[in-house]
Amino acid sequence: MTAQRHDFDAAPFRLEELPWSPRFSLRVRPQNRAALEGALGLTLPARIGERSMTGGTEVLCLGPDEWTVLVPESGRDALVDAGARIYAQTPHSLVEISDREITLRLSGPQALTALTAGCPRDVEALQTGRAARTLFDSATVILWRDGADSFRMDVWRSFLPHVRAILDKVAAELKSGL
Amino acid sequence: MLLIHCPYCDETLPEAEFAYAGEAHIARPADPSALTDEEWRDFLFIRTNARGPHYERWRHIHGCGRFFNACRDTVSDRFLMTYKAGEERPAHATLEAAE
Ligand SMILES: [Zn+2]
Repeated sequence: MTAQRHDFDAAPFRLEELPWSPRFSLRVRPQNRAALEGALGLTLPARIGERSMTGGTEVLCLGPDEWTVLVPESGRDALVDAGARIYAQTPHSLVEISDREITLRLSGPQALTALTAGCPRDVEALQTGRAARTLFDSATVILWRDGADSFRMDVWRSFLPHVRAILDKVAAELKSGL
Repeated sequence: MLLIHCPYCDETLPEAEFAYAGEAHIARPADPSALTDEEWRDFLFIRTNARGPHYERWRHIHGCGRFFNACRDTVSDRFLMTYKAGEERPAHATLEAAE
């Protein structure tokens, strides 16, 4: 019997659930975007997949008239107030969706490999500093690429057990060298 | 898997992110009650069923969420082009140039 030696990675990637933090869905027509940017004190990137960071507030363009806004808890009331003040002049929709999704962080050398188990899109082609709403198995997720080996994935909470079960299975497979 | 170009995201992405939404450029009658039964039937059910280039709607449902139009060859399943909702139906000459 021949002995086979493998150098398996004991922890192919790290999976953590990030703490709760306020999240908003922002919709505004393109002609009102600039006015709203001024009123909210945020940069709303015009290209889908682009992100901006102002203070601690992160904005991602999801569609031609749709953004997701991650705001620190200390800035949440100010954001809501700023939206309410300009609402009459600049119609828009700013809806808190903090409880809708839970964010996972995937990091480590095989994080990318783990994501390819669920994402049909070419995850490698997603540039660092960008993000995309896409699919992980049957769940719509928002995938943020923070570094070559570091991703965040926003998952609707009812899909989370399903997504985690797949990632746990992938981790087991990667650990055993499959 | 088919790759589809979303004209809003300006990216070519796997079909799994998209949903088919029927034939394109079918305008809903402004006053349905003024139509005869035959005209209403035609609006609801009668479709081109093209063999070859077919104008159809798709939605980037697991992405930007937008509806857009595509011209797909129903024989080869090739997407000849995609364009934003509300834009004119491209002529066949334009499609040949895009190929
Ligand atoms: Zn799109």
